[in-house]
Amino acid sequence: MFIMKGKKSSVSARRKIMTSGVLIGIGVMALVDEIIFHQLLQWHHFFDFDTTQFGIFSDGLLNSFALFAIVAGIFLFAHVVRIHTYSTVRWAAGLFLGMGAFQLFDGIVSHKVLRIHQIRYNVDLLPYDIAWISSAILLLAIGGFLWYRVRKNDPAVQGD
Amino acid sequence: MHDHFHAIQDAVVVTAVILTLGYLMAMRVSNRKFGRWPVRRPFLWILGLVTAASAFVGPLGDAAHENFIAHMYGHLLLGMLAPIFLVYSKPMTLLLRALPTEDARIVSRVLNSAYGRFITNPFTASVLNIGGLFLIYMTDLYVWMHESMILFIIVHLHVFLAGYLFTISIIYVDITSHRHAYWYRAVALVAALGFHKALSKLIYQSPPPGVPTGEGRTGAMVMYYGGDVVDLVLIIILCYHWYKKETPERGSETGAEMAKT
Repeated sequence: MFIMKGKKSSVSARRKIMTSGVLIGIGVMALVDEIIFHQLLQWHHFFDFDTTQFGIFSDGLLNSFALFAIVAGIFLFAHVVRIHTYSTVRWAAGLFLGMGAFQLFDGIVSHKVLRIHQIRYNVDLLPYDIAWISSAILLLAIGGFLWYRVRKNDPAVQGD
Repeated sequence: MHDHFHAIQDAVVVTAVILTLGYLMAMRVSNRKFGRWPVRRPFLWILGLVTAASAFVGPLGDAAHENFIAHMYGHLLLGMLAPIFLVYSKPMTLLLRALPTEDARIVSRVLNSAYGRFITNPFTASVLNIGGLFLIYMTDLYVWMHESMILFIIVHLHVFLAGYLFTISIIYVDITSHRHAYWYRAVALVAALGFHKALSKLIYQSPPPGVPTGEGRTGAMVMYYGGDVVDLVLIIILCYHWYKKETPERGSETGAEMAKT
């Protein structure tokens, strides 16, 4: 049983709001990938015949996790809003870190190592790969910066 | 096989009618013994049966026999969407209410037996469900089932039952066997959806023998994105239940405390 006087601000709340941001970030980036690069631009192909068999399975699991992540992240956010006080900046830090992590993994492991599909076909790939991975690093840097800022301002609270 | 297909269609309609009558009869018994059984549930039961039957009967069912794309839509309805409607009609709860106490005890004992616990484990159910699909599309079973009526029936019955088993192993709406933790079911669901996605890509890569390449590829994409849509429903239900469990009700003691601040 937990008896609370008002909402809690605790280490657990910090972890939850951050996790919510990361989960939604992963899900959002997977959606951007699917909606913009697969469906609208049609740069990415649904299937690339260079894909390794292992790549087919790892990509399936990654995208399945991303779909779960966005839903779980939204419910976790609702949970935190209901019972904890939270910092929006910390959530945003998680969001950018999640987006950057997905983008970086997609750009290096999915595109280059497992060759699940390329960013675009019949073009010189190098500038595309550089732009893709730079955007990932930029997202991670924004997330890292926000996280650093919010940690510096953390008042000391009791964990639960 | 083609002549037999009409016999199968008739059998599906008869089965659906019998199951509907059975549900309504059980509902009458339950209403006499217990409180009123909500009216939305028989509608969900009928909706689920119609969804499952439409994989065999009607325009989609007719086309599914000849065309791989229609076959895949049928697969999504039979193995994924229909079970969600059916589980919300709570057939197991109704059965246990309607049966005489002695028989209800036997059903409940089977449900809680080692076997019952084993097959309703989310990972076992995932293997039965997705593993079965790998067998259908990655071996010649897809070809054979269109040549033999018995195989056709067994395969489709398996797709439906394994799909239902998977659904009740992930979301606890109806009475079930041992209840597993949320994170445990979440991992099983993500893994099952991941393998479902991988299988659709493998089908895109090499459609079953006899399926034209274009048809096979479109069918594979229907499986991939259609699977996303239906599993998204399962994900939302699972996460919502998880959220409800972890978050105190508004208006409860703690909720009232919080509202003041």
